[in-house]
Amino acid sequence: MSRDRTRRQILSVITHAFLLLCCVMTVYPILQIITVSLRPSDQLYSTSLALIPEHATLRAYYRILFEKDFLLWLRNSCLIAITVTIFGVTLASTTAYAFSRYRFPGWRSGLYAFLLTQLFPATMLMLPLYVLMKTFHLLDTFTGLVVAYTATALPFCVWTLRGYYDTIPVELEQAALIDGCTPWDAFVRVTLPLAAPALAITALFSFMTAWSEFLVARIIISSQELYTLPLGLESLAGVFQTEWANYAAGSLLVCVPVMVLFIALNKYLVSGLSLGGVKG
Amino acid sequence: MLRAPGRFIAMLVLPALIVMIGVVLFPLLYNFWLAFRNMNLYHFTDHKFVGLTQFWKVLSEPIFYTMLGKSLVWTALNIIFHVGIGLLLAMVLTGPVKGRAIYRTILILPWAMPQYISALTWRGMFSYEYGAVNQILSRWLHLPAVPWQSDPFWAFLAPIIANIWLGFPFMMIVCLGGLTAIPKELYEAADLDGASAWMKFRSITIPQLMPVLTPAVLLGTIWTFNNMLVIWLVSRGGQPADSTHILVTYVYKIAFTYYQYSYAAAFSVVVFLLLFGFVVFTLRRTKMVEAR
Repeated sequence: MSRDRTRRQILSVITHAFLLLCCVMTVYPILQIITVSLRPSDQLYSTSLALIPEHATLRAYYRILFEKDFLLWLRNSCLIAITVTIFGVTLASTTAYAFSRYRFPGWRSGLYAFLLTQLFPATMLMLPLYVLMKTFHLLDTFTGLVVAYTATALPFCVWTLRGYYDTIPVELEQAALIDGCTPWDAFVRVTLPLAAPALAITALFSFMTAWSEFLVARIIISSQELYTLPLGLESLAGVFQTEWANYAAGSLLVCVPVMVLFIALNKYLVSGLSLGGVKG
Repeated sequence: MLRAPGRFIAMLVLPALIVMIGVVLFPLLYNFWLAFRNMNLYHFTDHKFVGLTQFWKVLSEPIFYTMLGKSLVWTALNIIFHVGIGLLLAMVLTGPVKGRAIYRTILILPWAMPQYISALTWRGMFSYEYGAVNQILSRWLHLPAVPWQSDPFWAFLAPIIANIWLGFPFMMIVCLGGLTAIPKELYEAADLDGASAWMKFRSITIPQLMPVLTPAVLLGTIWTFNNMLVIWLVSRGGQPADSTHILVTYVYKIAFTYYQYSYAAAFSVVVFLLLFGFVVFTLRRTKMVEAR
């Protein structure tokens, strides 16, 4: 019996050692951001590996907040991300419902079309949108960016929401309809509240699409006063490392709320994100 | 299934349909149209029909095949490590481990970080003189510093490492979901029959996990194949000398740095057809999409 116990203890030690190693590798780059953000400006070219640098200072946080355009980028990003979320979730919630509860001509091809959009290389949409926006003078405007992001977020929202609606028993609405509800009321009063977790996930995903998108923003936006957070932070993380501390401080300010939100929602991630096939 | 007047269904579908036609379908068709013309920065308005010239240009130049090879290497390495690490961690975490919730939360962090910040941070860590990676290699492991940013081989490996770090939590979460759904009775029955750990893994875990893992791997493959951001940021737009591109980042470069719009459009179409072929083939093989 005691041999069995030592074996189990050894196994447990190995398991924890392995998990700890993975955790260290996972966390290290994040700690790296913190370290760099605390470096005083005369130590930016430091080769030290200490987690808290010598003469640690919060100067970079002050600089990023009050001397750089960080707050402007934040405002721009919020504006765009919120608009895209509202468009994405509103449009997707009704369409996904129709695809879940009704069958109509083009139902199957419609569903496949949404899936198909995930296959396109991003440039296949970026390039024509860019050329069209250039033609219609939408380049370097928020409208252009919102259009491009909605195009990216919508198919995913529809697909995810439909998957979730499918898990809600249709008998609930049938009962409501028998009791005299209109089809619209059955949707808004019965199904929609039950789909709240999925709505939250889709909202989070559309928000994040817009919040952390870089490559599309890079081609559409060129004026500095329209810069979103990714554009702004990338401009700080330039070739020269002089701004590296500012970049790190800004990144951390952007990361922390997002990560907190993500961790808070993480138990819904699997249930809300149903990776199913097309079931008829 | 519910029944409702067609008018009601149309009302539900139309708004999104109109938006999809306007911002997705029309641009896509426009992309196909562009692929048959000669639009670039100099011929922005006076472009004309040139037939299959652009497609011929894509397929006849060796660069396409180099990029295709790199795309395949990039996708394969990433997916293998994502699934491998993800599955291993998920299996460890479903076992009797103390502090499981804490480990899980920490391990999910890379997924929670905005991708561009992770990529930019890795870029800083791969810096030759000041980056943390080389510091660790030389100080703790006494290995020579690696030219992560100037040598084509290492410069291509750097974004792969960064992307493996970025992507394993997704597969871990998918595997965790799949593993917890496997009925415990299966393992208990196997234990009674005296099955070894490996036999249980092969005959219970893997087959039971497949329905969850297959769509996730397929989706992951598409995402990874189409992922431009990590390579673009970690290698600073394909440096050194455009040697770290994969297909999609190369298209981005010819479109928005070299302004060869029609060539890029044709290139995108070819890439799309490749992926489309792959997905149709895989779906046929795995019968993932259940027919009614």
